[in-house]
Amino acid sequence: MGDTDDCTKAERTVFVTVGTTCFDALVKAADTQEFKSELSARGYTHLLFQIGRGSYIPTKSTGEDGSLVVDFFTFSSSIADNLRSASLVISHAGSGSIFETLRLRKPLIVVVNEDLMDNHQSELAEELAERKHLFCTLPQTLYQTIATMNLESLLPYRPGDAAPVAKLINRFLGFPDD
Amino acid sequence: MEKGNGYCFFPMTLNATILLVVLITTFVLIRALYVMHQSGKPLRKTALQSASTLIVLGSGGHTAEMLNLLSMLQKDKFTPRFYIAAATDNMSLQKAHLMEKSLVEMTGGNVLESVQFMQIYRSREVGQSYITSVGTTLIAIAHALWIMIKIRPQVILCNGPGTCLPLCVIAFLFKVVGIRWSSTFYVESIARVRRLSLSGLLLYKLRMADQFFVQWPQLQKKYPRAHYVGCLM
Repeated sequence: MGDTDDCTKAERTVFVTVGTTCFDALVKAADTQEFKSELSARGYTHLLFQIGRGSYIPTKSTGEDGSLVVDFFTFSSSIADNLRSASLVISHAGSGSIFETLRLRKPLIVVVNEDLMDNHQSELAEELAERKHLFCTLPQTLYQTIATMNLESLLPYRPGDAAPVAKLINRFLGFPDD
Repeated sequence: MEKGNGYCFFPMTLNATILLVVLITTFVLIRALYVMHQSGKPLRKTALQSASTLIVLGSGGHTAEMLNLLSMLQKDKFTPRFYIAAATDNMSLQKAHLMEKSLVEMTGGNVLESVQFMQIYRSREVGQSYITSVGTTLIAIAHALWIMIKIRPQVILCNGPGTCLPLCVIAFLFKVVGIRWSSTFYVESIARVRRLSLSGLLLYKLRMADQFFVQWPQLQKKYPRAHYVGCLM
């Protein structure tokens, strides 16, 4: 996070990520004036887009006029650092993004892409939203979610582990347990 | 057809051929049923010291979940290891290679022994026309057969990508024909909460996985022969 002093606010970044997909609807929904004003009103200072294979380019802004600082990039080998320095993550519904964010204990809004065929990804987002580990929404309702969300209501996600599977596999093969 | 004293040679070989085909088919069916019945039963304790393992990787989440599972398995028991990914998947084998290299560094070794990385032709790319898919699927099956004949793994680990289907089917056929008895472990992806993937559904219904794991209780209720193991990630 950033420094706090008399002149500058603490840096609070909203990180929007679409992974390796093309998800223009999400980038567009987060690039509206209305949405960015809401983020500013909630105390966020920076908005960073990872747009992947998308064709819609968000408008950059240096924030000199006191508005949100907006920037974007297409891909990076690892978004771990971006996730770590974010105060809020808005992500597509890929399981990798979701669990990487939850493990870092960052507040997460998952936006489901209805244009995807066979949208099984939404099952995971909906289930985790039901268990209150994240918020789940659509591009067209992203603004409402931001405007009404209460981050305090989110419950931390306890990471799972593969030990039960390993045990069953070892037992099946007749290998001794570790 | 002649009647009378002389045999007509042609109908006799035809009958014999038909009889042979029926016998072989019946034998294969019985053998296949036996294999399906024996699969899913744990191996006898003295059976294996270590097992050659085929690990099927898939794009994105699949590989991450698989590497997570592998981190929990004793490497000296699951060796030699063969990693396989679709030809168009560039990242998965790289990630697996990184993981294996870090293992070598940790144990102070110098080189990656008994680990191989392979690519396999895909049956069908996303959006490919179904007509050309017939041809590419046949090529994929032939490639899978070639690979399986070379490796003949004792253990197969997979978690969802379509790449695993031809490999698992061939493993099953190897069991029926007696080329190699293997154990296939299928872990349905964590992203599957209420419905199985197509690969998972096929392997479950055809009973081609020895053990079938699901990560959410809803799936265990729907598919009672599956083992519920909770979330791996």
